[in-house]
Amino acid sequence: MSLPVTPSQTVGPFFGVGLPYAGGEEVVPAGSPGAFRVEGQVIDGHGAPVPDALLEIWEPSVGFGRCRTDAEGAFHFIVAKPARTAPNGSAQAPYVNVTVFARGLLRHLVTRLYFPDEPANADDAVLNAVEPARRPTLIARRDGSVLHFDVRLQGEKETVFFAI
Amino acid sequence: MAVEPPYLYPDYVGTRLRAPAKPLVRLPAGSHDFPAPMFPRDVGPAEFDLTRQHAGEPLGERIIVSGRVLDSDGRPIRNTVVELWQANAAGRYLDQEDQHPAPLDPNFSGAGRCITDEDGRYRFVTIKPGAYPWKNHHNAWRPAHIHFSLFGQHFRSRLVTQMYFPGDPLMARDPILQSVPDQRGRERLISRWDPETTVPEWALGYQWDIVLRGREATPFEEEHG
Repeated sequence: MSLPVTPSQTVGPFFGVGLPYAGGEEVVPAGSPGAFRVEGQVIDGHGAPVPDALLEIWEPSVGFGRCRTDAEGAFHFIVAKPARTAPNGSAQAPYVNVTVFARGLLRHLVTRLYFPDEPANADDAVLNAVEPARRPTLIARRDGSVLHFDVRLQGEKETVFFAI
Repeated sequence: MAVEPPYLYPDYVGTRLRAPAKPLVRLPAGSHDFPAPMFPRDVGPAEFDLTRQHAGEPLGERIIVSGRVLDSDGRPIRNTVVELWQANAAGRYLDQEDQHPAPLDPNFSGAGRCITDEDGRYRFVTIKPGAYPWKNHHNAWRPAHIHFSLFGQHFRSRLVTQMYFPGDPLMARDPILQSVPDQRGRERLISRWDPETTVPEWALGYQWDIVLRGREATPFEEEHG
């Protein structure tokens, strides 16, 4: 017997009462060794900021984070660069899972943040499954000590989202 | 049968500039086979009761919402966090973004959490949320609903959805519920009034089971549309 799954519905605009929590942006504590600050913006198909999105970070065996966008569509997280080895032992480039919820998204979206200046990116099976022109949407940009990662929901330079 | 709503559903105006225009990228098998997030906060034993978070009781019709969290083989998903949020009885969220001119209730914040038990069961005590207007189209009203967020066991299990109440006439004109393409899929979002869950002289009871995706791929599912 296979039960049909419960369908998804949008997180709506008022998730602020229920989902965010203090310190949610810290996947690892700020200042811990190997921690990076990630900053970005969620942008719609007209290039306008999305002020009612919620992002979640999940790094298995590292930690979970949750941050809502502000009036400018901006979010930030403190993440750690994970090891190069997947749970199943295969080699892969380090990455961070990014899940996006928003008013207007009837289902959540899943993407990944890869690290700039990472030699393992060149041989990574996931990055290589993405057409080269779109690959840069998955790789954060170094901006001083901060990593910059925008999420473009639609249109030119649309972020790559994965079927899961 | 398409189970999930499409990303682009033009009747729900908010999807028009936010739905990805390009197909989702399919990765090598197993790329997302890893455990669900570990929710990093403790869930207190009283967080299931939204009627006891303030000095007084909230106004409205007191209800119990309970059900089981299952995988698609019908196995209970134990010890998983269930998060819930909702409008008050007047149809107003405490959220500062909500500008609907209906009263706030000083005794109702509208958010709760619990953890499923050995049978995968969750249970909340709350009040029935009111319907409220929104600007999607002329005279648009959201049917009464409660938002749910669940993690389950696998990364693929993550679900944010909404639970509706049986018999609500607003459901037929709600583009968010109607975005679910199949009638049976929409029915899965509607709770059932249940005399066994109802507590005499105290609260009406509703049952609503939630089925989460497991690690197996579902190749029949639409990837885009």
